[in-house]
Amino acid sequence: MSKVSHSKSTYLEWYRLMVLIRKFELKSAQMYGQQKIRGFLHLYSGQEAVIAGTMSAIEKQDKLITAYRDHGHALAVGVSANECMAELYGKATGCTKGKGGSMHFFAADKNYFGGHGIVGGQIPLGAGIALADKYQENNAVTFCYMGDGAVRQGALHETFNMAMLWKLPVVFVVENNQYAMGTSVERTTNVLDLYKIGSAYEMPSEPIDGMDCEAVHESIEKAAKRAREGDGPTFLEMKTYRYRGHSMSDPGHYRTKEELKSFREDDPIGKVKVTILKKKYATEKELTALENEQDKLVEESVEFAENSPYPSADELHKDVYVGDYPFLK
Amino acid sequence: MRTVQFREAIREAMQEEMRVDDSIILMGEEVAEYNGAYKVSKGMLDEFGEKRIIDTPISELGFGGIGVGAAMNGLRPIIEYMTFNFSLVGIDQIINNAAKMYSMSGGQIKVPIVFRGPTGSAGQLGATHSQNFENWFANTPGLKVVVPSNCADAKGLLKTAIRDDNPVIFMESEQMYGMKGEIPEIEYTLPIGKARIDQEGSDVTLVSFGKFMRIAENATKALSEEGISAELIDLRSVRPIDYEAVANSIKKTNRCVVLEEAWPLASISSEIAYMMQEMVFDYLDAPIKRVTSPDVPMAYAQTLVDAYLPDTKEVVEAVKTVLYS
Repeated sequence: MSKVSHSKSTYLEWYRLMVLIRKFELKSAQMYGQQKIRGFLHLYSGQEAVIAGTMSAIEKQDKLITAYRDHGHALAVGVSANECMAELYGKATGCTKGKGGSMHFFAADKNYFGGHGIVGGQIPLGAGIALADKYQENNAVTFCYMGDGAVRQGALHETFNMAMLWKLPVVFVVENNQYAMGTSVERTTNVLDLYKIGSAYEMPSEPIDGMDCEAVHESIEKAAKRAREGDGPTFLEMKTYRYRGHSMSDPGHYRTKEELKSFREDDPIGKVKVTILKKKYATEKELTALENEQDKLVEESVEFAENSPYPSADELHKDVYVGDYPFLK
Repeated sequence: MRTVQFREAIREAMQEEMRVDDSIILMGEEVAEYNGAYKVSKGMLDEFGEKRIIDTPISELGFGGIGVGAAMNGLRPIIEYMTFNFSLVGIDQIINNAAKMYSMSGGQIKVPIVFRGPTGSAGQLGATHSQNFENWFANTPGLKVVVPSNCADAKGLLKTAIRDDNPVIFMESEQMYGMKGEIPEIEYTLPIGKARIDQEGSDVTLVSFGKFMRIAENATKALSEEGISAELIDLRSVRPIDYEAVANSIKKTNRCVVLEEAWPLASISSEIAYMMQEMVFDYLDAPIKRVTSPDVPMAYAQTLVDAYLPDTKEVVEAVKTVLYS
């Protein structure tokens, strides 16, 4: 349990955001089933506490970057459900005008430097964003997310080395949902505790209960403070779990129903709800109303996406270069 | 005009731009305290300090990506590769991130970055250190690829590359760093995508770029002694390519030879030949011929290096083939 007490508004915001993400992802899966959404779709269900606990602990000027399981982060920084759903539909009103798709959400105006499709490719980018902030003395911290699979990429090791050497204001957050697609952590490494990898670079590193908003918040707050004070990066291993397959095409045969059940019993949304009710921050009825609001937003997002236009063919040659470019025809 | 070395022309371009734009940094292996593996950045640490001239560990994937991230967030990094052979361990960051960020983000995030360093062979360095990837990078939308052949072009084009809001690959040559040439006294820039007519001629169009312009120039001289007038075109950039310049020349000469250091398959010369048959088919009096390195890795032994690299004689023979003489 948390030693720090959080305010009523923080709990209610955690609850709102996590419910929104959970419902959005549920709806995404449903629309994927109806073939309204195509391509790869990686759902964040189960991991919501990681981003919710982050958002309450960071400052407005801070930056976020993550991998391809990126819908939750986008919703968290304030990209509307409409823009997110429209992007999944490949519509012109999506958060990247239908160009990025599920794996490549961006919102520059909200300091969201994207979802990135190549495993581990965003790790050096996160350090680079931090380098620019340090250079420009912006007092901003970059939060760079990755999955447990990305920890095995060389990009992580090269970046950790330089981020420590230059004391960059970046916090590396591995969302260890225990499976790199269908391969468990145990089957890919001798070092099961991912956070220990940070110690090779003398980077402050610790394991965190990623199913608990309070624990996430505390660790992020501490790491952000360290980064802002010029003491460099932190590596946080958020132990979490995804309820769905790696992507929609993954039936998840590599794990047992019992395992999934045990994590669902530790559900981050359920836990926050218990606390809210116990502390009398809201009644069941009020929480139901809050849930219904999120339902409505998600339902509206589907309607918005359905009614939005597809990008026109001439968009293909736009946004490729800044300025004019003589494309081959 | 004044005379400088090729490395000095490149250095001057970086220095001049860095003096007026604080957002420019230079990162790479040995660029700071060692003064550059090839002394291109000599004196820059003293002038700009360690905040802006940054030595990196041997981590091309890491520092390439850190450069891209910094470019996404307001800086204009220049990333130096000791050679583009080493860029391959970090090419993911160039192809998947630098080249695609602007497009994938729907125009929200630009990546103003220059990746520069030497390309091509440089003596008996063996297979891994003697490669040309101009066509690899040129194949990728989102990038611009500049390959200067002389001091004046190097300075003017690099200044433009640094000011460009798109990622630019800027490919130099170890063997050219000591080469001297004249550059204007006053400040100047050159546009990316405009070829240069190195020498006017009427019998054949000879197209090349980068270090191999020396071979092309020597071939042009040799041909002239035999009464053959070659028009020599320096592409200067291979993405975009100034096809019009080549096509206009072929309209005059009706014959064309393309010379480059890369391997033949899917090379810049293949591209030129394809585009010219499309643009000026009716003007061509002979199939376009190309002179490239052979379709094998470079080897170490001097005899094999000599056998590998195209030379003046090969170019002269190719010209004679298209002239049916």
